[in-house]
Amino acid sequence: MSLLTHNLTAKTSQQTTQSMASKPSGPSRPLIRVSDFDFFYGEKQALFDINMEMRENEVTAFIGPSGCGKSTLLRCINRMNDLVEVARIGRGKIEVNDADIYDPRVDTIELRKRVGMVFQKSNPFPKSIYENVIYGLRIQGINKKSVLDETVERCLKGAALWEEVRDRLDTSGMSLSGGQQQRLCIARALAVEPDILLMDEPCSALDPVATAKVEELIHSLKDHYTIVIVTHNMQQAARVSDKTAFFYLGKLIEMGKTDEIFMSPKNEQTEAYISGRFG
Amino acid sequence: MSQKSNLKKLKRNPSAGFHAKPTRAKSTERAISWMFRLGTYFILLCASVIFLTIIYKGSQTVFQASFPFVNIEFLTEAPQTLHVFEYEGEQMELSDSNFRVFEEERGVEIDSTTYAYSGGGIWPCIVGTVLLVIGAMTIALTLGVLSAIFLSEYSKPGKTLNAIRLSILNLAGVPSVVFGIFGLGFFVLAGPIFSFSPFEGYDIRFWPLPIYFGFVGWNVSLIAGCFTLAFMVLPIVISASEESLRAIPQGLREASLALGASKWTAIRTNVLPYAMPGILTSSIIGVARVAGETAPIMFTAAYAMRDQLPWQGLEKWSDFFFQGVMALPYHIYVVSAKIPQNEYTERMQYGTAFVFLVIVAGIALSSILLRIRMRKKYRW
Repeated sequence: MSLLTHNLTAKTSQQTTQSMASKPSGPSRPLIRVSDFDFFYGEKQALFDINMEMRENEVTAFIGPSGCGKSTLLRCINRMNDLVEVARIGRGKIEVNDADIYDPRVDTIELRKRVGMVFQKSNPFPKSIYENVIYGLRIQGINKKSVLDETVERCLKGAALWEEVRDRLDTSGMSLSGGQQQRLCIARALAVEPDILLMDEPCSALDPVATAKVEELIHSLKDHYTIVIVTHNMQQAARVSDKTAFFYLGKLIEMGKTDEIFMSPKNEQTEAYISGRFG
Repeated sequence: MSQKSNLKKLKRNPSAGFHAKPTRAKSTERAISWMFRLGTYFILLCASVIFLTIIYKGSQTVFQASFPFVNIEFLTEAPQTLHVFEYEGEQMELSDSNFRVFEEERGVEIDSTTYAYSGGGIWPCIVGTVLLVIGAMTIALTLGVLSAIFLSEYSKPGKTLNAIRLSILNLAGVPSVVFGIFGLGFFVLAGPIFSFSPFEGYDIRFWPLPIYFGFVGWNVSLIAGCFTLAFMVLPIVISASEESLRAIPQGLREASLALGASKWTAIRTNVLPYAMPGILTSSIIGVARVAGETAPIMFTAAYAMRDQLPWQGLEKWSDFFFQGVMALPYHIYVVSAKIPQNEYTERMQYGTAFVFLVIVAGIALSSILLRIRMRKKYRW
């Protein structure tokens, strides 16, 4: 498996797929590196020896059946798993920007500012749309009206929500539709200006139209952010991602360029899953 | 009717089965449901009898037929001795102070029958009860919310936590008179006192600061009563606050943390504000208990009779907390059990009970209104 990863890092990223035209040429550097990573919930091992890299300004999709550990790994990248009492790391490390994020000296607050997250169930705060977007700034003590106004407009535009809500920024974020709520959550994450955006099945509760909008959004965000997305929907993975990683039973089975994974998977299990024979 | 014949009948005429004589199961079902119903109605009946009696008898004391329709004296005066006498062929009832004025104006000395506690009003009791409730709820909410946040947000599950929960649960089951004794021992007789000047019984001086300290007790005082009552309602406040905190969706905490909030920031901005309505609602029950309990304040805060109101005749501000007060429940106890009973004391009993009910209902109502307002503001 480590061979596979090595393979990937060595050659692929230069001639990537899809919308690479807009990208700066040359290989982007690996921003997230997971090495020999074991993870446990209590006695139960959830992740086995994960080795992978996610590169700057790329969209990486995690696919696999339920309970395969893809969300667990995602939540390890910004240490949201710290909230789970029994969670612990067995072995290995995760590096973001060449810094080990499980180093005891790491300030999780700073880490989470750099690594934003969008959750499966849209969870806007029961506050106004405006306050939702600037929450991340407010808690940093930024209260200057001009900065906040500018951020709200920029982030809502960035999340393709501005036109729909510009006249009602004072209404509650809870009053929006499901898809709008999810885009609001993305806007809220953008306001903190992270480098990386983790998305945990962001479209699983949305209808096809809202899903299409969020996918479009992911495309446009790619130029400025490194995105890792967990999805159950394989068409979605195919549509939005540059790289795809297939997980099964806590192991990384195969990772590679999305095209290659979907067209010519090397591993039998991957092939079986993608063709819908299980999962 | 047996199952078999029923089936036969059904086969012959499909609709007959539904109109047939009720089966045994059906009759049992009906009887059982009536049993539950009657039990509930019986409670309703008891509650109505209690409330209607108090309202009927109490309103005779509190309200009157002539202007201003409310018995002002009853609501604004301290309890006094009632003088009952005959003057120029008329039956008169006057409270002590009015009786003296009456005598002076006419320049006569009148022979009257006196009834202790049956004249005047209950103003100092109202004041005392309100002060006790405010003080006790402030202490209980502060301590209770702090520990609820610790228990539901910070603590890790384990043996220690179970032990803490168990002891809180046990605290809820302690009889109120035991809290009274506890208050007497801990606060009244041995409460810690800090002072800038040396006083009798001090043990420690925080050298070089001119502060003296000693467990010399708070005496029978407002503050001792507040603390005793606060400890009594703490279990209610803690468990209810915990419940409210746990009802806040985990997603809000996660979202805050993912945006770079520290744990405390997340709680302060996105958990506590939304849990507050629930915490306040639960404290309504606490308020009713604090206002209503006699036993805890009997030894710690309540005077049977005090002429001065709490803010009268204070030498220094701290004396406000270290004085005994009158209180409604204790007053009801005194006029019902400590003095000779007659028609005049009954009036005081029901009048006090009526005012008491109105005050507690008023506090409950205002908390409910507050909760509705807060609920409107935050919704998820």
